[in-house]
Amino acid sequence: MVEVENGRDDMLIDGIEPKKNQNIEIPEEFNANYLRAYYAKLFPYTDMYKWMSYGNDGRHPGCDQSYVGRREFSFTLENDIYVRFLSFNSVTELEKAIKEKCPFKIDIGAVYSVDPAKKDAYSQNAFTPVERELVFDIDISDYDDVRFCCSGANVCSNCWPLMTVAIKVIDTALRDDFGFNHILWVYSGRRGVHCWVCDGKARRLNNEQRAAITEYLHVYKGNENSNKKVSLMGPLHPFLARSYTEVLKDFFEEKFIYSQELFSNEERYEKILEMIPEESVTSELRGKWLDNKRSRDDINMARWGHLKQLLQSGKHKALGIRRCVEEIVLSFTYPRLDKEVSKHMNHLLKAPFCVHPKTGHVCIPIDPNHCEEFDPSAVPTLSKLLEELNRGGLRSEGEDELENTSLGKSIRYFRSSFLQPLLKSCKEEIESSYAAKTQQSKNSLSW
Amino acid sequence: MEIVRSQRKSSFASSDIVVPTIPIYRSTPDLEVRLEEFELYAVQRLRVLHGISDGLSRGKKPDEIEKLVGDLWKVNMMHPDASEVVNKDIISHFVLRLVYCREEELRKWFLSMETTLFCYRLQLETAEAQRALWDEFGLPWKAVSIAEYESVKDKLNQVARSIGQSLSSADTIFYKVPFEEVPDLVAKRKVFVQKGIAYVATNQVISILMTQYRSHLSKALALTYRKWNSMIREQEKDRLTPVIEALSTSYLGPDYSQPREYAELSLKDIDQVAKRSFPLCMRHLFEKLREDHHLKHWRSYATGFISQVEVHKSSLGKDVPQFFIMGVGLKLDDALAFWKAEFSRKVGADRFDKEYAYSIRHNYGKEGKRTDYTPYSCQKIISSTPGVGDHHGCPYRHFSLENLRVALAKMGVGGRALEEVIDKTQNRHYQLACTLTFEAVHGASCDAGVNHPNQYYIDSKRIMESKNNSKSP
Repeated sequence: MVEVENGRDDMLIDGIEPKKNQNIEIPEEFNANYLRAYYAKLFPYTDMYKWMSYGNDGRHPGCDQSYVGRREFSFTLENDIYVRFLSFNSVTELEKAIKEKCPFKIDIGAVYSVDPAKKDAYSQNAFTPVERELVFDIDISDYDDVRFCCSGANVCSNCWPLMTVAIKVIDTALRDDFGFNHILWVYSGRRGVHCWVCDGKARRLNNEQRAAITEYLHVYKGNENSNKKVSLMGPLHPFLARSYTEVLKDFFEEKFIYSQELFSNEERYEKILEMIPEESVTSELRGKWLDNKRSRDDINMARWGHLKQLLQSGKHKALGIRRCVEEIVLSFTYPRLDKEVSKHMNHLLKAPFCVHPKTGHVCIPIDPNHCEEFDPSAVPTLSKLLEELNRGGLRSEGEDELENTSLGKSIRYFRSSFLQPLLKSCKEEIESSYAAKTQQSKNSLSW
Repeated sequence: MEIVRSQRKSSFASSDIVVPTIPIYRSTPDLEVRLEEFELYAVQRLRVLHGISDGLSRGKKPDEIEKLVGDLWKVNMMHPDASEVVNKDIISHFVLRLVYCREEELRKWFLSMETTLFCYRLQLETAEAQRALWDEFGLPWKAVSIAEYESVKDKLNQVARSIGQSLSSADTIFYKVPFEEVPDLVAKRKVFVQKGIAYVATNQVISILMTQYRSHLSKALALTYRKWNSMIREQEKDRLTPVIEALSTSYLGPDYSQPREYAELSLKDIDQVAKRSFPLCMRHLFEKLREDHHLKHWRSYATGFISQVEVHKSSLGKDVPQFFIMGVGLKLDDALAFWKAEFSRKVGADRFDKEYAYSIRHNYGKEGKRTDYTPYSCQKIISSTPGVGDHHGCPYRHFSLENLRVALAKMGVGGRALEEVIDKTQNRHYQLACTLTFEAVHGASCDAGVNHPNQYYIDSKRIMESKNNSKSP
């Protein structure tokens, strides 16, 4: 079986070779054969399985050997067939299933009380989610009302920075406010980012606590029918104040108003004026802007300056407009979370290192400390990776093969910055909770 | 047992000894309870919980709920003997624990309502009483030291200002609590959170106590369920089990089984009254009856009109529609005449006398066991499942949206009111949808909500009469 697969893969790679020789690029970004080759050669099974084991694959007596086998995986197959409640008791099983089924998408679900593949053998009450990373999903398509360069699933270098500031704001809050350390950001392959918070404490949160964190991080309340997307009652909470002064204000004033040309024409600046509930302010600004002669200053900067000056001059003391500048900045730039994904333990989320079937992009990790440098258009695609494999020829085998492709950097980041520190703290946690348990049983014996 | 004693002591002790006035129901009381009290207390507490549930689903604001809880508690949970008040509280809680431990849905509802009740009762208590509960739960978290307070003072003040409170004074004590313990304060950004620690002010302690209580009760319910399954149900099968099983589905509104004088209705008015004052479910059945002179067949007719029911133990099996009519106040003779007129067109007068009259008389308590049968409440009607061609059920739940629109339009509900009704329907608030319909049709508010078709009818009559009275002079 394995040999047959290998044979097929070799043939596939050989098959591509002549095309490259004729200087023809691999025509499509994505197809099932490419994906099969990716799963055969590149997908990091061992790292993924190590991650999902959270140290429970060790020899320490405190390890829970059943842990990883209670994790739900789900596959979306080629023809949109959706297979839920899969589970794997070893990396070999996982690898075999992925290679065999060649799923277009792999989702990771919760760790359940019992093996999800055998859930039907248990009563409904016995089958419940017990652990799950705290996850977040941010999509650029949720920002369509504040970006003018793209819409829907499209994204460009003008609007992607919205994702960058989202990562910064959320990442800082998760670390500084909630004290989480093991956080993985992943490019979702097309139009956004996913976040996995993997600390033991985060995995054991109940739904109510998840919802609490989600609401804490959630500011944007917009819908089609309301002008005000962000409503502030009073001064900013320390978390919002920090996000505002350290990230969002500068981003808005120094980049976003230019890249989106927020004040360049009437239609656009009206959107902003709508957020100011004070008629006298808006009419004054409108008057100023209608007969605006071309000045040497950038029009966006100049108009934002007028607006700020007028709102913050202290001339207008009306209660509703005191927070207006902040509200405008937050409306445009504050992270917009898909709340439902974060609130429930049993929500599925696409696994890192999947390949997005529409774009062929690999869902690679993003380093939050260098997230400005992340360029979605430079993300390795399936076709590019296969080309690299072919170019590398059959010289190297196994691990090295992956390292030598443009995916290598991502894998190295995943291992050194995420997986190793995570597993180290998992080991400590297992040892200390085991020690506490034995201590406790000792005490109860003596009693 | 311990709780009861400490409570007992509290009612006699001098006021400077602070003991919790709200029990946290740690263990079942070691008391003798009379069976009637067992049931009565439970029903009374259930009225409180249902009242809260209703208030919440009607979107009442926290201060309104607070008042509501206070009122409900006063009305239902007092006892002529002051020393018995606490016992009544504890007994009723434990009975309902048994009632509501038996299914996931029931547990969820009970947990949520009891926690809400606990929370609002706490708000009515003094800071000392809250402090006493803190001790009762044995919470380990420490207050922020003065030195540390200085280092986070600015942030704490920032939080206070952001939620519209004045600067926290130096004598406010803050507790350092894992953020997981105060999810509601975190969700609303009402606390400063740093490295997983929430700084909870004295006046926010309720949130912590609420979480404690909820998790304590949640565990207790799971335990009670196990005990119920393994022992209690069997041991008590002749005594408590029937009471327990009946309680979770019982209807707690006013008793409509007795025709009321002011609601008396004569046969000649029934068409007009149906149009004006029947709720949509009954109006629909009534119209179908008038149209077809037969609702499918007797049984389904029986399952029909009020159908939605509940088997009573007579030989007839499922019971009869005229419960509603009866509750409306149609007298037996009139009722017989009415049904006879309707049915005999299809089935013939002889057969009617034989097959149907008994049932009607039965329901009026003239035959058989001679008991009155209570007309069905909304809860039962909503939970019924009408078959194809049946006309009973709650229209808001069982009609398609188009049919519902048509039916509502026929009642004269349109425009915004109609959309609001549809909106409630889509969100599965059927009783609220009916309440809104009532309000639209009558141009008057219906604060109590609709819980029973007969209540709808009586409220409607009352409004119609007061309108007539105000017009005539």
